[in-house]
Amino acid sequence: MSAAIKTRRTRRRLLGGLGYHGFGIIAAFFFLAPFIWAGLASLRPSSEAQNPPLPPWPAHGISFDAYKTLDSFGSGIWQHTLNSLLVSLGTVVLTVMVSLLAGYGFSRYRFPFKNVMFVLIIATLMIPFQSILTPLFIILSRLGLNNSLLGLMLVYVTLQLPFSVFMMRNAFDAVPREIEEAARIDGARDLKLLFRVLLPVVMPGVATVAIFAFLNAWNEFLAALILLSENDKYTLPVLMTAVRAGRLGAINWGAVQAGVMVMTIPCLIVFLLLQRYYMRGLMAGAVK
Amino acid sequence: MTSSPAVPIAGIVRQRRRTRRRQWQGVLYVAPAMALVTVFFVVPVLFTVWMSFHNWPLLGQPSWIGLGNYVRMASDSRFMSALSFTAYYTVVTTIAIFALAFPLALFVERQRRGVGAYRTIFFLPVVVGLATSSLLWVWLANVDSGLFSPILRMFGVTGRAANLLASFDSAFAVIIVMVVWKIVGFTMIILLTGLQSIPSDLTEAARIDGASRWQRFRFLTLPLMRRTLALALILSVTGSVLAFDQFYIMTSGGPQNRMISVVYYIFNQSFVSFQLGYGSALSIALLAILVALSVIQLRLLRVGDER
Repeated sequence: MSAAIKTRRTRRRLLGGLGYHGFGIIAAFFFLAPFIWAGLASLRPSSEAQNPPLPPWPAHGISFDAYKTLDSFGSGIWQHTLNSLLVSLGTVVLTVMVSLLAGYGFSRYRFPFKNVMFVLIIATLMIPFQSILTPLFIILSRLGLNNSLLGLMLVYVTLQLPFSVFMMRNAFDAVPREIEEAARIDGARDLKLLFRVLLPVVMPGVATVAIFAFLNAWNEFLAALILLSENDKYTLPVLMTAVRAGRLGAINWGAVQAGVMVMTIPCLIVFLLLQRYYMRGLMAGAVK
Repeated sequence: MTSSPAVPIAGIVRQRRRTRRRQWQGVLYVAPAMALVTVFFVVPVLFTVWMSFHNWPLLGQPSWIGLGNYVRMASDSRFMSALSFTAYYTVVTTIAIFALAFPLALFVERQRRGVGAYRTIFFLPVVVGLATSSLLWVWLANVDSGLFSPILRMFGVTGRAANLLASFDSAFAVIIVMVVWKIVGFTMIILLTGLQSIPSDLTEAARIDGASRWQRFRFLTLPLMRRTLALALILSVTGSVLAFDQFYIMTSGGPQNRMISVVYYIFNQSFVSFQLGYGSALSIALLAILVALSVIQLRLLRVGDER
């Protein structure tokens, strides 16, 4: 009797597990398939590049033709990848520096209009940057920063600030004051105290800020499209849109697949390596 | 005896001077952030308002025209169709995303082996750019070199090669599927945090009292998730209202220019026709819409608190 119940129970659990993972694997396939298809298709020789990707894998050996074709557009794929990397890494460094200082200032000092300033920084979240692109275009050209990667970088840093300053202030708020007092007694002051003693403690917050700054700058399209006007300054999304629209010569779908992979892989690597810090940022933003 | 009161006073003065110095240090720390926000955000916002009262060509002198741009906007039928298209898109995407994100969130909430891997995989498209996924999907939907057209033919849905991006309805469907694929993992994670914040003894008690799975979901889970739902809803709505990349990259405004979203229309007015003044007035309208949405968000969240 009890043995029969037991076997029935294990059978039900087994069936439940099968159903669960059956659904999971099918769903996972749909989420992964576009990446896999593009990745495999980008390795086909140029003679197959314009054919439908059925099957997606290269039938006559792996070839890097698509990537070579991609390199013939604009100023070459290395130049544009370098542009994207410069803007993204510059955004990361500047965002971390500025929000580290601001977070420390807002957490540890008292000064006039402190709350007004903090609310002002956070309130920029309410206003979509898409609605201020027209004047930004004019202001940047007055500053001599039109069609410049530095100008674009400064815009990206500003867009990252509300989230980053909020994150860093919370990170500093969570640091016990005793640590600072002990360091002060040992003679560490101001910037030395901040960088030598506190920075290692708030490092998880810095990682969160950095990963969001990188992904957002690497992926941003509209501002780059408007603010960059010369081919050789294009970041990857702007370049690839021009390739896809056939503005730089006939549309080559192999080159589009290759470009998609060049843009996708860094995001996936950064996310998979630093997933924990990414999710922390997401939760902080969601709970707010 | 006579010198004793002087010591504390001197001490207080010194301390006050020190706190004042410390105060100024605080301002120094936040100064770079404030400078960036001022130059690249506050000034542009004010400048947008100023420009919206002008006829402002790219080259040449701007001229003051008062409310001219706003009057023009009110009778601009193309702007109205951009507004209605954006509203239509927002409603459809939001419903589609929630219809999928909720089951997925319930799926990845269970404590089972491999659930972490599922969470990560469902989330992967979120970290890739919208422009990147638009490029990827415009290839998949291409009539000659893509994937969907031969698959549809293989299953006998369409007789000949189908150009999905050539008609409004099928192109719109492709874009919705792409956006859902790209965004649903994000909404799923937000909803998951809400699900996890529900104390398990509550659901346990309801189960013991004989509430069915649906009853527990309807009368326990949903009400307790009000805040999270409101947040996920607003993030999805504001994101959709600002949509641009997918229409620009995938359909260039779509068959018969029917896929021009509000941001796309502003882009066209400001940077294709170079009517920067009119573009600014349109931006102010967009801004007003989003601030109104934010106010509704705060309302919804506060109502969630009272219950």
